[in-house]
Amino acid sequence: MKQKVRIAAGQGFWGDLPDAPVRQVEEGPIDYLMLDYLAEVTMSIMQKQKARDPNAGYARDFVPLMRQVIPALIDRNIRVTANAGGVNVKGCATAVLEQARELGFAGKLSVGIVTGDDILARLDELLDRNIELRNMDTGEPLATVRDRIQSANAYLGAAPIVEALNQNVQIVITGRATDTGLTLAPLIHEFGWSLNDWDKLAAGTIAGHIIECGAQASGGNCQYDWQNIPDMANVGFPIAEANPDGTFVITKHENTGGRVNVPSIKEQLVYEMGDPHEYITPDCVADFTTVRLEDAGKDRVRVFGIKGRPATEFLKVSISYSAGYKAVGTLVYSWPDAYLKAQAADRILRGRLDRLGLKFDQILTEFVGVNATHGSLAGDPTEPAEVQLRVGVRGPNKAMIERFTKEIAPLILTGPPAVTGFAGGRPKVEEIVAYWPALIPKQEITPIVEVLKA
Amino acid sequence: MKVQLVKLAHARSGDKGDTANVGLIALRDEFYPILAREVTQSRVKQHFRGICHGDVERFELPNLGALNFLLHHSLGGGGTLSLMTDAQGKTFSTALLRMYIDIPDDEARGLGLS
Repeated sequence: MKQKVRIAAGQGFWGDLPDAPVRQVEEGPIDYLMLDYLAEVTMSIMQKQKARDPNAGYARDFVPLMRQVIPALIDRNIRVTANAGGVNVKGCATAVLEQARELGFAGKLSVGIVTGDDILARLDELLDRNIELRNMDTGEPLATVRDRIQSANAYLGAAPIVEALNQNVQIVITGRATDTGLTLAPLIHEFGWSLNDWDKLAAGTIAGHIIECGAQASGGNCQYDWQNIPDMANVGFPIAEANPDGTFVITKHENTGGRVNVPSIKEQLVYEMGDPHEYITPDCVADFTTVRLEDAGKDRVRVFGIKGRPATEFLKVSISYSAGYKAVGTLVYSWPDAYLKAQAADRILRGRLDRLGLKFDQILTEFVGVNATHGSLAGDPTEPAEVQLRVGVRGPNKAMIERFTKEIAPLILTGPPAVTGFAGGRPKVEEIVAYWPALIPKQEITPIVEVLKA
Repeated sequence: MKVQLVKLAHARSGDKGDTANVGLIALRDEFYPILAREVTQSRVKQHFRGICHGDVERFELPNLGALNFLLHHSLGGGGTLSLMTDAQGKTFSTALLRMYIDIPDDEARGLGLS
């Protein structure tokens, strides 16, 4: 058994720094590369891509990335856990194996895939059996949006990823697996942790929570002493260096920028936190009020003391559904009286929208430079050099949203003076894909693990 | 004396649907009892009036010298439905740091705040 396992985070979200995972592999010792690609509504984008092209529906960037790192993975036996598979896990794995064969690694690389999370085709059957999939936030039954659903996936935990790792695969690709499970699974696999050793599972889960947002644990978006965080242009992504007893150190490669210290880890611990006593995952319930942190040297923070409790009988389900359209238009007004001009333009715009008889579920005006982030807390503006007027509308009627987008540019010639900032053309009308969180009894979901070889 | 939270704490915020969370972290360990005493649920609700349209929940994390606040119905519907610039509540952290609290002069002096 290894006495230390180093898990490196390579992406905080789909679209994070493209070179970060490569640098994690090349610039220092690691055992695992962990890649989280799936935000809450990513699955619906992938369902749409797959509907157009049956070979699509996964995080495409993952394939060229693997091509770039496969030689190093094999050479140094670094393994990858990634939820890059989206709604076409097999397609993603097939594309990666194709790259491996082209590189001459036929017979030398195997990929584990984890599926069983996609319940889109089973929704009617589940609803028929009174599994209502009520919205966890609003309590509404799923039937209210049934005809507009675009994707439905249960969040799988660490267990099926462990099962794949146990079969000696180099890379594990999942669909909708939790981001924390991608970090916890290698630790269970390497240290032989039992699936009811709740304290250790909670420790691995919290290690996952700390590194899953990439550099947000190593100096990015860090308020504490932000001006003095060194060399952010060369920021190093976080690494969890875990021990068999469930303690771990968060660090980053030497000679990279950014900073790992107790304040930076505290900030990431509280990020997107609900009730800290119960951070619920498919694997356990982790208690953030038990986490202890200790400075362990330059860019090293030791994390220990973590307690956990048994997992619940449910899995979270992420469902996406079509929820109308929106568009946002902006214009910039300059000194003098920039704010007054922007307010006048807003009144004129709203008057015109009324005359046109346009109806929206919501219309929101913000004045960037005055109150867009802190609202009334921002206080009275002094005389700003410029104010951006930002008006958004949302509603079910696409034609009305489109009509709105034609009313922004004309304000330049038909409204208050000293206005600019309309280089981008008409605002784009976006289809809104909204998120519906629900719970499903665990016994309804059977994860499937397969191994594919190059 | 009145002290602005930005002198006592740092913070990070994020979203879960239409709920914003703000983790408020004491800059020094000895500031945590002051935060725990003064930055109450009702004061935070009052601070965010007109922004937070639902309940405020507060949780204590003495192990991190931190408080976690949940501000329900604060993000214009949340996620993709929201029209807000800050649909993910990322700047609610510094919005909370604008708050002023009252600290007895003696205590403030003892902590080197005056």
